[in-house]
Amino acid sequence: MTDRETPILEFDGARISFFLRAGEANVIPGLSFAIKPREALGLVGESGCGKSTVALAIMRYLGRAGRLTAGRILFQGRDMAELDAAGLRAVRGRRIAMIYQDPMSSLNPVMTIGRQLMEVPMIHEAIGADEARARALAMLGEVKLPDAAAIFERYPHQLSGGQQQRIVIAMALIARPALLIMDEPTTGLDVTVEAAVLDLVRELRQRHESAILFISHNLGTVAQICDRVGVMYAGELVEDGTVRNVFSAPRHPYTRGLLDCLPTLGRDKHSAALRSIPGQVGSPLARLPGCAFAPRCGFAEPGRCTTAPIAPRELAADHRVQCVRVAELPEWRHPPGDGGDDRGEATGPAALTMRGLGKIYHQSQGVFGGGGRSIAALRDVELVAERGRTLAIVGESGCGKSTLARILSGLQSASAGTVDLDGTAIGGLAIDRRTTALKRRLQMVFQNPDSTLNPSHSVGYAIERALRRLKGLTAAQARRQTGRLLDTVKLSGDFARRRPHQLSGGQKQRVAIARALAGDPEIILADEPVSALDVSVQAAIINLLTEVQAARGATLVFISHDLAVVRYLADSVAVMYLGHVVEFGPAAAIFAPPWHPYTEALLSAVPEPDPDARRDRIVLDGAPPSAAAIQRGCPFATRCPRKIGAICDDTPPPEQLIAGTHRIACHIPAAELVALQEAGPPSARPASTEPIDRVLAS
Amino acid sequence: MTVEGKIDLLAAPDRRAVPGIGFAWLRRLAPLLESIPAMIGIALILFWVLGAALAPWLAPYPPNASDLKALAHPTPSAAHWFGTDHLGRDILSRVLWGARTVLTVAPIAVLGATAFGSLVGLCAGYYRGWIDLVITRISDIVLSFPVIILYMIILAMYGSSAINIIAVITLTKAPIIARIVRGITLELREREYVAAAKMRGESALYIMLVEILPNARGPLIVEMCLRMGYTIITIGVLGFLGIGLPPPDPDWGGMVKDTYGMMSVWPHMSLIPCAAISSLVIGFNLLSIGLREIGLRD
Amino acid sequence: MARFFLKHLLFLCLTLLVVSFIVFVLTEFTPGDVARKVLGAYATQEQVALLTTKMGLDRPVLVRYVEYVDHLAHGDLGYSTRFKVPVKDIIFDRLANTGMLAAIAFAIIVPLSMLLGIAAGMRESSRFDRAIMLFSTVTASIPEFAMGVFLASVFVVALGWLPGTATLTGGARWSVAEQLVLPVATIVLFDLGYLVSMIRASMVEVMQRPYIRTAVLKGMPFRQVIVGHALRNAMINPVTVMLLQINYLITGVVVVETVFAYPGFGRMMLEAALYKDIALIEVGALVAVFVAVLTQILGDLGYMMLDPRIRG
Repeated sequence: MTDRETPILEFDGARISFFLRAGEANVIPGLSFAIKPREALGLVGESGCGKSTVALAIMRYLGRAGRLTAGRILFQGRDMAELDAAGLRAVRGRRIAMIYQDPMSSLNPVMTIGRQLMEVPMIHEAIGADEARARALAMLGEVKLPDAAAIFERYPHQLSGGQQQRIVIAMALIARPALLIMDEPTTGLDVTVEAAVLDLVRELRQRHESAILFISHNLGTVAQICDRVGVMYAGELVEDGTVRNVFSAPRHPYTRGLLDCLPTLGRDKHSAALRSIPGQVGSPLARLPGCAFAPRCGFAEPGRCTTAPIAPRELAADHRVQCVRVAELPEWRHPPGDGGDDRGEATGPAALTMRGLGKIYHQSQGVFGGGGRSIAALRDVELVAERGRTLAIVGESGCGKSTLARILSGLQSASAGTVDLDGTAIGGLAIDRRTTALKRRLQMVFQNPDSTLNPSHSVGYAIERALRRLKGLTAAQARRQTGRLLDTVKLSGDFARRRPHQLSGGQKQRVAIARALAGDPEIILADEPVSALDVSVQAAIINLLTEVQAARGATLVFISHDLAVVRYLADSVAVMYLGHVVEFGPAAAIFAPPWHPYTEALLSAVPEPDPDARRDRIVLDGAPPSAAAIQRGCPFATRCPRKIGAICDDTPPPEQLIAGTHRIACHIPAAELVALQEAGPPSARPASTEPIDRVLAS
Repeated sequence: MTVEGKIDLLAAPDRRAVPGIGFAWLRRLAPLLESIPAMIGIALILFWVLGAALAPWLAPYPPNASDLKALAHPTPSAAHWFGTDHLGRDILSRVLWGARTVLTVAPIAVLGATAFGSLVGLCAGYYRGWIDLVITRISDIVLSFPVIILYMIILAMYGSSAINIIAVITLTKAPIIARIVRGITLELREREYVAAAKMRGESALYIMLVEILPNARGPLIVEMCLRMGYTIITIGVLGFLGIGLPPPDPDWGGMVKDTYGMMSVWPHMSLIPCAAISSLVIGFNLLSIGLREIGLRD
Repeated sequence: MARFFLKHLLFLCLTLLVVSFIVFVLTEFTPGDVARKVLGAYATQEQVALLTTKMGLDRPVLVRYVEYVDHLAHGDLGYSTRFKVPVKDIIFDRLANTGMLAAIAFAIIVPLSMLLGIAAGMRESSRFDRAIMLFSTVTASIPEFAMGVFLASVFVVALGWLPGTATLTGGARWSVAEQLVLPVATIVLFDLGYLVSMIRASMVEVMQRPYIRTAVLKGMPFRQVIVGHALRNAMINPVTVMLLQINYLITGVVVVETVFAYPGFGRMMLEAALYKDIALIEVGALVAVFVAVLTQILGDLGYMMLDPRIRG
């Protein structure tokens, strides 16, 4: 019989508001949930749902404007609000510890790592410096940081993002807390680094017996770590239960909507369009009387859903849903997967061809630019984008994809090689040397919706200016055409008068797309256009891009680090690592074996929200070597789990043609690669014995 | 980001209007009314601006006319509210007329410094490389040079007139503005909307003036306000040292210079102009605090 | 490290050269003027012309400049027409006087401004903070001469506690210490305003950083958060600015010196400028620039030592 253990953390009808000049922003109207000891609960939701507020409320760190206005937050059975200052300090860092989103700014830049670690036990357990130092060194080993003694003396800016996050984790666990709060701990880290960190968390969890509150917008990561999950929308817990129940049989319309709009590795655009959730989250300053999701819900019934607050209902054991119509909703099915291959291997005419493209940066040192190192951002890139299709370029940070985008767009010029745009050579042409006609043919959509539009200009001005510069239209013509373009991106005409600060992220990206379409480009270059958007908005923008491309027969070059999105969108894919293209081919071929070992690792690292899809993961050691180091052999040799020997370090790998246009740059012959990969992931590699300085070389 | 920062994201969309032309501007200044320092500052500034503008009508006496009768008793009286100076001139009138001088020279100098400094800063930040190196080095040299010495040398050598003073102040204040604008430009030139502008073939001048500069409006305005204060101090100091505007034109600094020696006998002669200049500068500094408070510096 | 010093030394020499040349050209631009200044307003044109040739003033500027630099290198700093003594005899005396004033003022300003600025920035928008902000705004707004006048009217005229001038001459009624109180107080109050608001702003910004949140959520007592984490980060900028204040204290206090008739460097330069005492102006300008660039170097050094990100 299970005894009733006191939950480690319990929210009991908690109501949290922020008191601003504009009024009371009731971020969390009434939250109730509990975490049992040693359990891992995930909280998922999009931006503005209040999940970070929950984390800070537990620590009583809501700032001057925030307050718990009703309900209680209990930790180990005791009301947190009753703690005095000393009591609060005793809990913070010792019994409840927190891990933050941006590790670089969470660490003190002028204090060594070692000292920051030592502080925790020294404050709470009143031990001496020597013992604290020993504990800190031991902890560094536990988080798998090599060469602990050297890292001890370093400063945060000398470490990579993944290493910094491990330090933050070490700092949290060193006092053996009972509850660990992780607020978006892997957002902003590369996929492979994220996989390694998540692995570490799983391992540490076994050893440390802390309960975990894991907050993330990424459903996949939550599915990897947590036992139970709660879905938050506008400050309310709309559904919670075990990961299995919630993700394979979601009952709340919002949860279903979220899962519907997620591109997973199994979906592509030919099977079904992504379903997005229309509308936007409401403001906490003006909460609706009924269900907060009702304005966007396809099943909402005026009256039942919109007049009174909805009470949560217990469905099966441990599965609560906050929806009055839950019993009446149709059954939900996972979105269809591989709808069969696309138009087959037949290749179309090439719109954009890149041959031997290279780019070298010089980092100068010294007063007048003497000395310094050269960094090879791109090496010998050879790619083809077919007309009317989508070429996706995927890779992690430092792989050179952004540099490639800048060269194609003309914002930078290549050091070597050619780029051919359907007959016209543009590789050497910086943007200011291209003719207007040429500029029209290739336009770009950027990554960050907050900086893609000039905050001082209205939407109409931005688009009209593009029209007038690129097509030479008069003011009146431009205004008319702006209306038509806004229509294409599904924004109403009166958006022309608005300023960017009045728009949501998704709307800003739509305007950016309209602006890029102003010149009727043949080639649309999209550099991570959806990475900064919420999942539900992402889906809408992806749909828009595919629609626009199909309607205009344009070629889309889509750059991303998100493999699931790439799988959905792309017709052909190029995988990049450290400036090289390691694999290239049609999308269907890329996502099936044989893979380049890097592609293999990348695919296994992608977190999926499907609890059944727990793959064996390949965890890569260390960090990519510095781009300033000169490589003779394969760029991936230092981390490759399938490395065969010295040949990988010394000789550049050959480009093996697998079938049609599919090619892999690897020393292992293709047939052998297929056999190895179908047998399963490689066994764990011995820990890297390279001294930390080589690995950190910056 | 702080929790408050995140909440701001959630809050109603038009919480803060962005600089624009027309009424949007005035609407945006409305929060100033809630800021106490700003209101006091505006009151002080308005007081002197009105005083200066209406001096010809408000001043009871011509500023340079000596009232010989008052020489024996220069202290404040019914006839002379602020008293007279050592030459029998009415201090109230001289103070009002002095305000005219200060409030013409200072704004012109500040505007000149801002215009010149902004252009220089924009070029340095946008082009970087050679141009930036040269401009920064020159500004460093100008900034490191003790300005008082510079004033003394130039004004003593070439005489002091309104034009000279304005020119000298413009030249010495411009590097400060340039540095600020350069910093902003360095940051803003990496923004994606600048890249988008380049991709549609905008010229460098357009990008600097239309894409980048408007977004520097906030910090620039705060800085201009601060510069006004310091410029007024500078003008006062120049007058005090005897290298300001030539007599007999009333100049607050000059008034102090002429009369502070008699402080033990007639303190009011120097105290009043001191109070005048202090109050005006306090006004500008309070206003700049208020502006900063309402987040004009986005 | 060595590269750092070399680079800055080079810059120092370059600046000195450039500035001295500019000053030289400015002051000695028309040779006739120089001779006239020496002879006075009543000399005839003939006499002026004669002296011009005799002094070699009609040679090209560059030649004269090189000759001048040569003189300087040999320790011949020229003759002051205003004070009627060799420049050497007066300039270092005056510099020492100002130096004394500067040292005392600096010794007071540094700890006081840090204390007030940090205490204010620690708790933003508290009553204490608002009081400090008001205080620093007001004192930074009152020009030094006005401040001197205000202080004098209270302490000299009304109360009679302190002397109105600080000429440093002869015992008389007031000791040197008493004479220095008002000048130092004036300088300190004026400079304090600026420094306090700057330190406060830096502190406020640091307190909003995420790593402060990390420290607090580690369970650290507030005092330790401030001293251990906030302080060093907050002081990175202010330290350099404080070092730059030395520049102001030596060359910029001419106003205070004038108000209190203090025999200092600034006042000397003012009189030299007004009397067109060329030799003194030239050397004085050089000294001023030297001090300026030196303090800049010190500032850069301080910055480098405090912020490991620059060193790295």
